[in-house]
Amino acid sequence: MSEQQQGASTSSGQVTGAESLVKSLEAAGVTDIFGIPGGAILPAYDPLMDSPIRHILVRHEQGAGHAAQGYASATGRVGVCMATSGPGATNLVTPIADAHMDSVPIVAITGQVGAQFIGTDAFQEADIRGITMPITKHNFLVTDPAEIPRTIAEAFHIASTGRPGPVLVDVAKSALQASTSFAWPSEIHLPGYRPVTRPHAKQIREAARLMLESRRPVLYVGGGTIRSGASRQLIELAELTGIPVLTTLMARGAFPDSHPQHLGMPGMHGTVAAVAGLQKSDLIISLGARFDDRVTGNLDSFAPGAKVIHADIDPAEIGKNRHADVPIVGDVREVLIDLITALRTEADAGNTGDYEGWVQFLAGVKKKYPLGYDKPADGGLAPQYVLERINAISDSDTIYTAGVGQHQMWAAQFIDYEQPNRWLNSGGAGTMGYAVPAAMGAKVGMPGQTVWAIDGDGCFQMTNQELATCAINDIPIKVAVINNESLGMVRQWQTLFYNERYSNTDLHSKRIPDFVKLAEAYGCVGLACDSPDDVDATIRKAMEINDVPVVVDFRVHRDAMVWPMVAAGTSNDDIKYARDLAPQFDEDDL
Amino acid sequence: MAKHTLSVLVENKPGVLTRIAALFSRRGFNIESLAVGPTEHAEVSRMTIVVNVEDSPLEQVTKQLNKLVEVIKIVELDAAAAVQRELVLVKVGATPETRSQVLDAVQLFKAKVVDVAPDAVTIQIIGNTGKIADFLRVVEPFGIRELVQSGAIAIGRGSRSISERGKPVAVPVTPAS
Repeated sequence: MSEQQQGASTSSGQVTGAESLVKSLEAAGVTDIFGIPGGAILPAYDPLMDSPIRHILVRHEQGAGHAAQGYASATGRVGVCMATSGPGATNLVTPIADAHMDSVPIVAITGQVGAQFIGTDAFQEADIRGITMPITKHNFLVTDPAEIPRTIAEAFHIASTGRPGPVLVDVAKSALQASTSFAWPSEIHLPGYRPVTRPHAKQIREAARLMLESRRPVLYVGGGTIRSGASRQLIELAELTGIPVLTTLMARGAFPDSHPQHLGMPGMHGTVAAVAGLQKSDLIISLGARFDDRVTGNLDSFAPGAKVIHADIDPAEIGKNRHADVPIVGDVREVLIDLITALRTEADAGNTGDYEGWVQFLAGVKKKYPLGYDKPADGGLAPQYVLERINAISDSDTIYTAGVGQHQMWAAQFIDYEQPNRWLNSGGAGTMGYAVPAAMGAKVGMPGQTVWAIDGDGCFQMTNQELATCAINDIPIKVAVINNESLGMVRQWQTLFYNERYSNTDLHSKRIPDFVKLAEAYGCVGLACDSPDDVDATIRKAMEINDVPVVVDFRVHRDAMVWPMVAAGTSNDDIKYARDLAPQFDEDDL
Repeated sequence: MAKHTLSVLVENKPGVLTRIAALFSRRGFNIESLAVGPTEHAEVSRMTIVVNVEDSPLEQVTKQLNKLVEVIKIVELDAAAAVQRELVLVKVGATPETRSQVLDAVQLFKAKVVDVAPDAVTIQIIGNTGKIADFLRVVEPFGIRELVQSGAIAIGRGSRSISERGKPVAVPVTPAS
């Protein structure tokens, strides 16, 4: 936004509400919108045609929502999606819920029936504001055209500040059609919205004291670290103190995987070292993480000997699942800056922590229990191998998106993330179908970078219609379908917990559909690979095609499972390194 | 479980009540009573919410409430440091034989008869939860035909106002990029 726009209100003569909406979006700095027009939002699409904003016409509103999420997660800017009333709006519900769970800043604009028809069960009427109340950070219904600029300004402010999240603005068709004046506000008044970003000095001192006293501390890094842009500070604190680091599914890339202090990802499918790092620690320093059940396992037996320093911008996360000995409300980046200052002062005075034995112990666990997998006995293709090779062959600043399930876990495990905002996935909500539209959004936001959607054959069939959008709008994403012809993660649970009774998980997707033909039908290049010997050549071929989207059907061995695993509801202590194989810890080393 | 009285100052905008009520139900809390109305500031409404919960889940729901953009302030009113009132309108059977006993009860509790019929009286009583429960126990034997009760409202004792606070700070509009 220019200085001029930030200054006093800029106003112009009479405009329609629709023109006011488009001008407001321009003033908010929007350059790209993903959406589909329809009756109620139709007036807004007319001035949009003359706007410098690029509108990308998607094939399903869910695709618009996930694209806005991918755009936001890759760029750090607010993603925008637009839909009409009723079914258009309800199709946005899944991505909005997803953005709410993963704190993704998006603004959803929906048309609503004319104000005089609201509440009459009019054609394509749905109370989308009511529907999205529990899954948005905030939402608005605008019936007065004069309220449009202020509402849009507030929506972008709320979405992007504090703990980011989705904001929905529902605009009545009558407001879009009415005549109004446009004035972009220079200030906004939200008396009930004052996010705290500066941590309390007393809490920082107390945290530093605990960190120095501790013998087995661990930095538990969550997605908030990425959202606050705190990777540089995290590396600085980790190197200053020597404390081991683990990055959750939402924080992959917040700390370089190649860093010797990195233990990997914790949780249900985390590394043994990261799970042990939490479980056996005496101090967990949580940075923008939320002690999700997929990380803690059974809460009662989670990290029984650990004190907790919990830093989060959202006070409601602190102490929600696990008691915090030192609660710190603040932006993770500012918390880290203050902690670094405090600990540097201590270090200058000769006070440093002694973590030697702990670091050695975890290094031993990491060495003894690396991530690994068995090669299929029949010479078939191991899905993990495909991901290892994509990782090896793609450039280091490639952006990866994933759907949800086994392929997502393998992508989190076997791809090295060295930078933040390079790993985009649906963590909290677990939304199958996220990968392709999110990749599309990421590619629009970061056109210079390679974007790989790592998808499963189940997920891919939920949202692959956006391949048409990508092909037509020159958005050359690459899709790796890890095709095990199953709902693989569900199948894995059936193998482990349901006596190998495979109820409704067989998708037959090596037979139907033909993914290569499907890709071609959508104007993409389709490739297939079913042998380990062809993997590199296939990936290289996909890497060479940069004018159209590429879909690779990696036809993998269907019985591969994700390991390690902490079964749902059990204790992290019961982690299995592989089926029926529990790790042995040399506790004497501690 | 302990009873807690929350005073919640909210922006006077459509949908706020829904947001708050839905949040309680979504997080698994039962609202025992809720009263909402205008305050000394036209743009601010005040809700008095009585909930029956342990301290630690109450803290969580308060934090979640605070996250609602339209919630300005939440104060838990300590029973000892606040005046709390509910209003009840109750239709009690009153035959020529029992009428005098019913009226005695009305007088004892400083309640008020607001309507009279040949075989019943409608009584208005204002008080805290305990007083109202006591009164209802006394008139119960005469037959309670209909009862309507307001949510509790409460106000802190002393001269300080709950809404005393600095003028809301306006923030500059942040660009998306």
